Amino acid sequence: MDILRFATAGSVDDGKSTLIGRLLFDSKAIFEDQLEAVERTSRDRGTEYTDLSLLTDGLRAEREQGITIDVAYRYFATPRRKFIIADTPGHIQYTRNMVTGASTADLAIILIDARKGVLEQSRRHAFLTSLLRVPHLVLAVNKMDLVDYSQERFEEIREEFTAFASKLNVADLTFIPISALNGDNVVSRSENMPWYLGSSLLHHLENVHIASDRNLVDVRFPVQYVIRPQRATDHAFHDYRGYAGQVAGGVLKPGDEVVHLPSGLTTRIASIDTFDGPVEEAFPPMSVTLRFEDDLDISRGDLIARPNNQPQVAQELDAMVCWMADGVKLTPRSKLTIKHTTRTARAMVRDLHYRLDVNTLHRDEEATALGLNEIGRVSLRVTQPLFVDDYARNRLTGGFILVDEATNGTVAAGMIIDAR
Amino acid sequence: MLQRDYTTSQLDVLEAEAIHIMREVAAEFERPCLLFSGGKDSIVMLRIAEKAFWPAAIPFPLMHVDTGHNFDEVIDFRDRRAQELGARLIVASVQDSIDAGRVVEETGRRASRNRLQTTTLLDAIEEHEFDAVFGGARRDEEKARAKERVFSFRDDFGQWDPKNQRPELWNLYNSRIRKGEHIRVFPLSNWTELDVWDYIRREGIEIPSIYFAHTRKVFERDGMLLPDSDVVQRGEDEPLFEAVVRYRTVGDMTCTGAVQSTAATVEEIIEEIAATRITERGATRADDRASEAAMEDRKREGYF
Repeated sequence: MDILRFATAGSVDDGKSTLIGRLLFDSKAIFEDQLEAVERTSRDRGTEYTDLSLLTDGLRAEREQGITIDVAYRYFATPRRKFIIADTPGHIQYTRNMVTGASTADLAIILIDARKGVLEQSRRHAFLTSLLRVPHLVLAVNKMDLVDYSQERFEEIREEFTAFASKLNVADLTFIPISALNGDNVVSRSENMPWYLGSSLLHHLENVHIASDRNLVDVRFPVQYVIRPQRATDHAFHDYRGYAGQVAGGVLKPGDEVVHLPSGLTTRIASIDTFDGPVEEAFPPMSVTLRFEDDLDISRGDLIARPNNQPQVAQELDAMVCWMADGVKLTPRSKLTIKHTTRTARAMVRDLHYRLDVNTLHRDEEATALGLNEIGRVSLRVTQPLFVDDYARNRLTGGFILVDEATNGTVAAGMIIDAR
Repeated sequence: MLQRDYTTSQLDVLEAEAIHIMREVAAEFERPCLLFSGGKDSIVMLRIAEKAFWPAAIPFPLMHVDTGHNFDEVIDFRDRRAQELGARLIVASVQDSIDAGRVVEETGRRASRNRLQTTTLLDAIEEHEFDAVFGGARRDEEKARAKERVFSFRDDFGQWDPKNQRPELWNLYNSRIRKGEHIRVFPLSNWTELDVWDYIRREGIEIPSIYFAHTRKVFERDGMLLPDSDVVQRGEDEPLFEAVVRYRTVGDMTCTGAVQSTAATVEEIIEEIAATRITERGATRADDRASEAAMEDRKREGYF
């Protein structure tokens, strides 16, 4: 059994909470005491139906305002897979939350109301999904029961959305007509839509192939922590020196020739160690400890790659940035802390090339700042070389966060598009 | 080109993520500590810590906030496990906080030291100048926890502000704090109760005996089975009876209920949990029943 992480975007109006509630309920991930609490609250408020959004809207402020503010993580499992849902609010003022949820997602579900068709917010959600390079996108055309399960309406929406998606980087796009309320095509195939020959949503989630979404080609091992046992009792490990980290790309094997960055020196992997014994290979997302044949000066923030396949060693970066801070704005000359893989440095914004309208994709080249939830292309200069790949090639070596040096808050997510 | 399918099992993914989080903390903080109660989640967390730094010792101390109302079996287990690992165990005592006048003991039948723990915990964090504190909380436990970050920022009053949390992207965690502030770190955020048990089974990890079915004198209150003990005040209308029970969670005797169960092995526990229709906190924790936002309120104050 493996794990699929998926993000859902939308509002209560789209039936998102109903859909999640149904997936959780039908997979028995909602428990009786949780359901009772939700039923009680729905009754107390005079709601006619059991408001399943109460299951996910966990904060007092959210329940008071009847909206989802933050990313909520929910869990369910079928015999085939464990699922982690990052349930994100759909409104434009919560773009940063959707970006957060999408950053680790293997798949995103965008809900469309079959009556309303492709709206501005559907385009925005699709754009953010593609910006964050979520490998699989499902367009769930919901409320099919309210359009008489019309194939024609479904096809219209499919055509309109496909035309729009061709402008984006969407590798795998699937359309599923559903009714979350009635359960059509959610867990099992609907008898109300015999014209639909594809899988139910759950069947798709259970079977979509994600193992090859990780980058298994470019070896990237950011050194996270140096392990040197200090205790005298460990005679066998007296001279032990291992480099611990989580594999960010490629497949490593003992005997492989590797290059250490920033030194550029080469050595071979002597052993790939774990608590449970040495392993024959390591690949994402494994956390392992490497030992090398030669004694190199290696520390946290360095990176191990292959001599013939190295990342860019860059101090000048171009990146798409989503600004996440209230109040302070990103402007040229802003100085921030950048955290990229296991390396932390300082960065200065050299240039803001444009601000992107996330609804129309229009580029405003006159923009002088990025405010909360705004996305734009920037050039950064970094005080130390970073070992980077294009975000499109590797989300882990292509992504970074920016931290405000005054407040210590995380103020931006960045996706590298070009490095020098 | 690839000859094999690089699928990774859910436990391996969760373990790798938790190890990454632990190493990140060890690398970026000066004085971390790991909250170890002897409960199953903290036992799993401790195993992850062993794995993350092997063959080196765990590079931070363990700490337990002891209410004085814990089960003997669990305290024995706690001490033995810490000794086996050669780890330093700090015990912060709620009794000491009461004696020092930092908190006032609740009175009455429902008196519990559960809420008092927060003060003891925050005082200990301040005294030892801990800047990162590992906790075993999981997001599937409770809906306020479902929104908490892996690196959860606490101000210098130890408070959590759910509306002002740092966004967390990819596997990048922001460890920046000022002096006096700290980060609560939850490496098991993405684990479910069943994952924890599956992991205990896979790893063959020892757990305290009270997790398994045993005969115990109990009484019923609010649909929960509370143990016969000096520290639990029982009314005359709450008769004792003997039952075969086990604990799904291990907390204070005053607010942790047992469940009727005959599960005597980890396999049987997993079978039982897979079939159950009640959450672990709903079944066994009186502390969460106070109000719909009980957990959020306690967390804001600095609770685990």
